[in-house]
Amino acid sequence: MSDQQTNPVISIKNLSVDFALRRGPFRAVSDVSFDLYPGKTLCLVGESGSGKTVTGRALMQIISKPGVIVEGSISLVKPDGATVDIAQLDPRGKEIREFRGGDIAMIFQEPMSSMSPVHTIGSQIIEAILQHSKMSKAEARTRTIELLASVDISEPELAIDRYPFEYSGGMLQRAMIAMALSAEPRILIADEPTTALDVTTQAEILDLVKRLQVEHGMAVLLITHDMGIVAEVADEVVVMRHGKIVEHRSVDDMFHDPQHAYTKQLLASTMKLEAGAANAAKAVDDKAKPILSVRNLSKFYGTEKNGVQAVDDVSFDLLPGKTLGIVGESGSGKTTLGRLILRIVEPTTGAVSYRDRDGQDVDVIGLNKKRLRDFHADVRLIFQDPYASLNPRMTVREIIGDPLLVNGRLRGEALKDKVTELLDLVGLEPEVMERYPHAFSGGQRQRIGIARALSLEPRVIIADEATSALDVSIRSQILDLLLDLQKRLNLSFVFISHDISVVRYFCDDVLVMHYGKLVESGTAEQICTDPQQAYTKSLISAVPNPDPRNKRMMHRTRFDVTAN
Amino acid sequence: MLRYIIRRILYMIPTMIGISFLTFMIIQLPPGDFLTTMLAYIADSTQGGITEALEQKMRVQYGLDKPLIVQYWKWISGIVFRGDFGPSFGWGVPVSQLIGDTMGLTLMVSLCSLIFVWGVSLPIGIYSAVNRYSATDHLFTLIGFLGLAIPNFLLALALMVFGYSVLGVRVGGLFSPEFMHVDWSWDKFVDLLGHIWIPVIVIGTSGTAALIRIMRANLADELEKPYVVTARAKGLPEWKILFKYPVRIAMNPFVSTIGWILPSLISGVTITAIVLNLPTSGPILIQALIAQDMYLAGSFIFLLSILTLFGMLISDILLALLDPRIRFN
Repeated sequence: MSDQQTNPVISIKNLSVDFALRRGPFRAVSDVSFDLYPGKTLCLVGESGSGKTVTGRALMQIISKPGVIVEGSISLVKPDGATVDIAQLDPRGKEIREFRGGDIAMIFQEPMSSMSPVHTIGSQIIEAILQHSKMSKAEARTRTIELLASVDISEPELAIDRYPFEYSGGMLQRAMIAMALSAEPRILIADEPTTALDVTTQAEILDLVKRLQVEHGMAVLLITHDMGIVAEVADEVVVMRHGKIVEHRSVDDMFHDPQHAYTKQLLASTMKLEAGAANAAKAVDDKAKPILSVRNLSKFYGTEKNGVQAVDDVSFDLLPGKTLGIVGESGSGKTTLGRLILRIVEPTTGAVSYRDRDGQDVDVIGLNKKRLRDFHADVRLIFQDPYASLNPRMTVREIIGDPLLVNGRLRGEALKDKVTELLDLVGLEPEVMERYPHAFSGGQRQRIGIARALSLEPRVIIADEATSALDVSIRSQILDLLLDLQKRLNLSFVFISHDISVVRYFCDDVLVMHYGKLVESGTAEQICTDPQQAYTKSLISAVPNPDPRNKRMMHRTRFDVTAN
Repeated sequence: MLRYIIRRILYMIPTMIGISFLTFMIIQLPPGDFLTTMLAYIADSTQGGITEALEQKMRVQYGLDKPLIVQYWKWISGIVFRGDFGPSFGWGVPVSQLIGDTMGLTLMVSLCSLIFVWGVSLPIGIYSAVNRYSATDHLFTLIGFLGLAIPNFLLALALMVFGYSVLGVRVGGLFSPEFMHVDWSWDKFVDLLGHIWIPVIVIGTSGTAALIRIMRANLADELEKPYVVTARAKGLPEWKILFKYPVRIAMNPFVSTIGWILPSLISGVTITAIVLNLPTSGPILIQALIAQDMYLAGSFIFLLSILTLFGMLISDILLALLDPRIRFN
């Protein structure tokens, strides 16, 4: 472990947390120990279900029911040198409330749902200030405006009276940070604070946290699943799995000399995406005619006075057997573009042309309802959220067989055989057929979603953020599955994603979108290593680099919208 | 906010016109008219009945020979321009005179029931949501389902028996006989309070049970939301977290229930009023409908619909006050 001249501000020793379930207690956190030091950042890394969030919440005793701390101590060192064991305090008592939001503050993953939608930002921050100091309301308001200004929120005098839904995600996360800092805490727990944000916003928020940490000398516990972020900001790293610590190292040792097999695996799946060599061997006839051709596609929402140009004059070609990536931040119009191609949303102007199995060009925009259905059988969609996109009341067999049944292609025994074949194709056992989606993990559900998309033997698949909701190791598995399927079934992909490393790994060509416009296009390698446009440069350089010796994000190119 | 309210009130105008037209249509729907009913009655009581010519003369006299649209215009223009709801054929007096007293009492009973429903279901709903699956929660659930399952009139009968045999009070009606036909005074008001609790409980019980369930389910959902964790992480005391955040947001559907609870209370009043012999509008409305006393029935239905509309308006305004997201759209 790294050398420490100073004493820890908080020591966690042998912490265990149980959740009382009907089947008996479930140990979510088991025998976890670590220390936090002033001015230092400790990253708690793990995949979903590893117990990292529960550990973070245990530090303030705000674990949701029915979780309880059953063992261990959380010794907080007060400024006067005395220590308090937070684990021994009554979670509903007066004493612990002094520490919550006082000495220890927390920011959360989803800024939109972590603030009450019906109270102003100001009211929620002022309340936190009044809880921990003896200020008058007017003084607290002045202090709130100062805090908002310190987290770079413009016009804080006006912003204080706004409601959360009037803020963007990044602005709201800044306000959350302002709230957390209101009582000048000595420990900041940040639970996936940037997971819901765009990569450039993520970089800004991490910058902000770093700056404030240096100013106030706070100890930061950053909970994340993103190894890139870890490399950029961590001093020490704790890797958790199944509620236990598997490795606890300095950040440099962790990346350059991992010991535990699980850490190695985690790093390997991250590095694999960085490499981007997956498509090198793919030989595609460049003279082939495009299977999908989009010309001057535009979509305008709203009225002339008050409208949004969601997609603005976008043209591209998708060659058979190739993968085209569409990257952009939220609001860039990438999802709308995918829907326009399928005519789930009707385009305002433009043309989409599809080359069918017989080599005939089909004008997609002019198709009637029945012909559009045939087009939809050839061009399928895979969705982002594997939890929401499968009907929980249908068995896997019904889910996968549904498109075939609806199109009247197969029924009965033949349908069952086809489902078996499809399950095999996506690497699932045929036995799972009669089970319901809740019995599967996120990765398995996404496999089911892919099997469903493949059931009509499509030629093009539009995948909208298909791997965003998955853990990093699962993510690369799903990507490999898609690559394998592409080779075997000669599929063409349109891959919509905000995740540059995934796009780099998976795509042949990349389109970069910003405010509905096509900013840049090129091969994946060229866009990722040698971007030409200012916006693309800022986007690429904001991606955290999983190498602590080469911190890319901190030296990133900033893109000013007004300057362009 | 003011603009929102004005807009909502403007929207009510076409709705009111639609309602007035519909109610007039509905009371015309059964075959025949008031005269047919009256003639049948006369034919029963005098053996011979009356002549064709006399019937035609009466029809002209009552204005029933005119086309429907003319009858409608006569009715609605009277209401709008002169506050005149037309005559009651059956009672032989202006409708407004008949309605005046009973409508006020109906409103009184309904409002008291609404306050009772809210006053009881809000705290119980909150308690049940916070202490889900505790013994007390189960008890409230049991009582709630009983309240939902027992028909109003049965509860009314049970309470009447209970009041008479155990408490020894004369139940039924809203006033003791000595106050029945005298002007309003303090004593009369006190007398009213002594009587009104039975109909209020009878009418309010099923609504209370329904709202307890709604509040419990809403709040239970909100209690798990991330903003509650945020509030807890600020160090707020549990009661403050509860009332400032989840309860406030769980109130949304609660408030919008005024819209539908008002008409259901009023229709509940009808059945209960008959059983308990209350001088409210319900029994008169039933009689008017049976006798096809069209101006009386129409005016009642129209006024009740208007009340419902105002209930909706109040709930919409309250919602906008509670939830900025509604205010801003």
